[in-house]
Amino acid sequence: MSLYYLTAHELHDLLLKKEISAVEVNEAVFDRIESVEDSVKAYLTLTRDQAMKTAQEVDDMIGAGRPVPPLAGIPIAIKDNICTEGVRTTAASKIIYNFIPPYDATVVKKLAGQHIAMTGKTNLDEFAMGSSTENSGFFATHNPWDRECVPGGSSGGSAAAVAAGESVCAIGSDTGGSIRQPAAFCGVVGIKPTYGAVSRYGLIAFASSLDQIGPFTRDVTDCALMLNAICGHDPLDSTSSPYEVPDFRRCLVNDVKGLKIGVPREYMSEGIDADVRQIIEKAMSLLELNGARIEETSLPHLGFSLPVYYLIAPAEASSNLARYDGVRYGFRSAGAQDVVDMFMKTRSQGFGAEVKRRIMLGTYVLSAGYYDAYYLKALKVRTLIKEDFNNAFEKFDILLSPTTPSPAFRFGEKTGDPLKMYLSDVFTIAVNLAGIPGLSVPCGFVNGLPVGLQLMGRPFSEGKLLQAAYTFEQCTDHHRKHPEL
Amino acid sequence: MTQYETVIGLEVHLELKTDSKIFCSSSTSFGGKPNTHVCPVCLGLPGVLPVVNKKVVEDAILVALALNCRIAEFSKFDRKNYYYPDMPKNYQISQYDLPIALNGYLEIELDGELKKIGITRLHMEEDTGKLVHQGTITTTPFSLVDYNRAGVPLLEIVSEPDLRSPEEARIYLEKLKSIIQYTGVSDCRMEEGSLRCDANVSVRQLGKEEFGTKTEIKNMNSFRSLQKALTYEVSRQIEVLGEGGRIVQETRTWDEGQGITLPIRSKEEAHDYRYFPEPDLVPMIIEREWVESVRKRLPELPDARRERYVRDYGLPVYDAGVLTSTKEMADYFEACLNAYSSPKTVSNWIMGDLSRLLNSNNLEINECPVSPVNLASLFKILDEGTISGKIAKVVFEEMFATGKDAGTIVKEKGLVQISDEESLTAIVEEVIAGNPKSVSDYRSGKDKALGFLVGQVMKATKGKANPELVNKLFKEKILN
Repeated sequence: MSLYYLTAHELHDLLLKKEISAVEVNEAVFDRIESVEDSVKAYLTLTRDQAMKTAQEVDDMIGAGRPVPPLAGIPIAIKDNICTEGVRTTAASKIIYNFIPPYDATVVKKLAGQHIAMTGKTNLDEFAMGSSTENSGFFATHNPWDRECVPGGSSGGSAAAVAAGESVCAIGSDTGGSIRQPAAFCGVVGIKPTYGAVSRYGLIAFASSLDQIGPFTRDVTDCALMLNAICGHDPLDSTSSPYEVPDFRRCLVNDVKGLKIGVPREYMSEGIDADVRQIIEKAMSLLELNGARIEETSLPHLGFSLPVYYLIAPAEASSNLARYDGVRYGFRSAGAQDVVDMFMKTRSQGFGAEVKRRIMLGTYVLSAGYYDAYYLKALKVRTLIKEDFNNAFEKFDILLSPTTPSPAFRFGEKTGDPLKMYLSDVFTIAVNLAGIPGLSVPCGFVNGLPVGLQLMGRPFSEGKLLQAAYTFEQCTDHHRKHPEL
Repeated sequence: MTQYETVIGLEVHLELKTDSKIFCSSSTSFGGKPNTHVCPVCLGLPGVLPVVNKKVVEDAILVALALNCRIAEFSKFDRKNYYYPDMPKNYQISQYDLPIALNGYLEIELDGELKKIGITRLHMEEDTGKLVHQGTITTTPFSLVDYNRAGVPLLEIVSEPDLRSPEEARIYLEKLKSIIQYTGVSDCRMEEGSLRCDANVSVRQLGKEEFGTKTEIKNMNSFRSLQKALTYEVSRQIEVLGEGGRIVQETRTWDEGQGITLPIRSKEEAHDYRYFPEPDLVPMIIEREWVESVRKRLPELPDARRERYVRDYGLPVYDAGVLTSTKEMADYFEACLNAYSSPKTVSNWIMGDLSRLLNSNNLEINECPVSPVNLASLFKILDEGTISGKIAKVVFEEMFATGKDAGTIVKEKGLVQISDEESLTAIVEEVIAGNPKSVSDYRSGKDKALGFLVGQVMKATKGKANPELVNKLFKEKILN
């Protein structure tokens, strides 16, 4: 087995046994990047020198017999909408193509405290707006399982990097499915933690009330390790919760006996591929076989998720993205006549089409005379959706669904029709609206393309999701398969 | 001729003098080099988040309590969206529909009558940066931006349209300033921009219920220009209506040079601010215990202090009002009173000679070179008869100029009063001998002549003679 396809916990064991060095691990990953990156294009920026330096430090620590944290020396990629001090951070947008943050995001700081080896910054849909990474202002990322297909989005670069062996783990962000959908498309584990579980400080905002940072990993154990590293209250983020973070490794228990799992019929009825349905049903039987009790249930307002999301998210985005005006940093259009002209030219030329579409949508729904009919109404329906989940969680420990209605689609298949593209997030969006955790774990393949199983839980029940996913993973081997590149 | 009634409401912006800004830990201090009191948060760099400065909320509660407002139990921040280069995020974090405080009032005095002016609301927000132009905004080849002020905490205090004249508006603003200065949360310097004021002005036919169309007046940078601008605007509106015209709802700016208001923005051009709840901050639940603990910090306010001066010190209402108009003045008065317990004497000196010298030297009372204790020492040596009342004024001027205490100056300048009867008798006899005409005038009942004779003694002693003693000696020598 190649070093670059091992998991973080496997690598950690080997490091402690001194069978390998962190430098070797990182060399293996950067060699892998060199050989496959041309066909995957997961990264916008590589930070090899930085990674090798950290790897050497970790080797020195181990050599000196000092204890090292579980992720020490592990090559980890960071989505390029998360600020890294001194390393260009673009959100895949031309409008801040040259922005070098003078500060680290809180998650980056926390990971640095673990001595991770940051491999680089990964590609995404511009400002995380998209479901295929085709909206990147620079280039598209390819799905390692089929390079004619998209890796999903918006964290497509992070998902593809982990799947292709270009990093061992990765950090992404999820506003409406941007971790879970690409995790499903690329056959890796991804979790969107509870809103408030992970600090958003340093995450370039798309929709503040929905954005949440989370990890991509090759298995559930690594997912627990990553959550251990990044969860927790941050005084710099008022929306981060002051809750006590458990040790998620303790949740890695192979047991789902008596676990009550609800399957909302709204997720299994509409527009779902027959092949995907079959795989999900097989996964359900497997869990039942292990002692879980599975029942159908209903989330009556789920059908409103998509319209509610496309009112709230663009509204917040229209305001969050107002700061990109050419005055202080980033791209500034040349030859403007006055300040208003500078704003208009800079923003017209600097933003891509999808970003502009959402800014216009959001500006419209917040406008005088429309606010009540659109934005306020959307907030009210969001509350109804939350209540649906609350009601379901009175009866069930976990809700289960496919992560996406179909596997990865081909390039250009949905770019002509924004609504069609938006529909690819139809199963993931409600989780963000409700603020609850959602995890995607590989559960099979359709025509060689991975399929993801989505598990959803009460706020701060990540541990329970990990336990169910871990049990599922123990009796399957999807996570051991790797794409041929 | 139609009679009109003036209707004015004021919107006041107040810079709080907290150590750090409202949503980050950058310094709020004034006058640093451009863009030195900034951090990623107040510069609005990508990915940063605001965190509320608790001291700002506490100060807002303190001011709201001083203005008799109801403190909200649930309050939140909102985003006010508009593009301007001095705003790092192109939105301002402010408060929209759930401000920290509502429904207050303050009392102003008009011709001896008290009038309650309603306060609609009080809310917190962040200040913007400043544009620096080369010359004027229309001709400058480029503009620079200084973000030191961006994120400095502001309170906005909106009055009801209860003000019925430009003078009332000015008195309201002066009272508001006085109350806020008492709370100690702001310098309230209009000239430096830590107190800013916009006005909504309309007129209506006397007796009518409904309001006329209003205009909003901006750019009034002193109390004087507030009253001048409003006076101009009211007469402009009456003139337009008198000519059968209609008032256009618009924003106008006060042009101090020309002494007129000019339109800058019509209603149609007004921004649509697209307010929505700030998703980066959680709503605030204001615990009642907290409010009560802030209330304990509330100092004695000007109205209460004035009443106390009238009640306990027996001062006239007017004098008490002047002394309590600023906290510094009242504190000075009381410090002086601690060392010398005659309220009337202290009050007369502060309102008289002290204020005169402060004004002519353009000083505030807290910059006064004469300390309250030194002023009290002057009263003491005056009472002891060491110096005369006339000399006391000379000594006071010297104290003001040098900062020295009264005793030192009297000694240095040899200003001790001559109360030695023997030496004064000699001078009195000399004067009697030299002015037989006045002496006989006085003897025949012309009292005025005595004044002249006393004056001669004063002249000879350079004002140091004890006037009572001199009077007594003349009466003895001439009348007996």
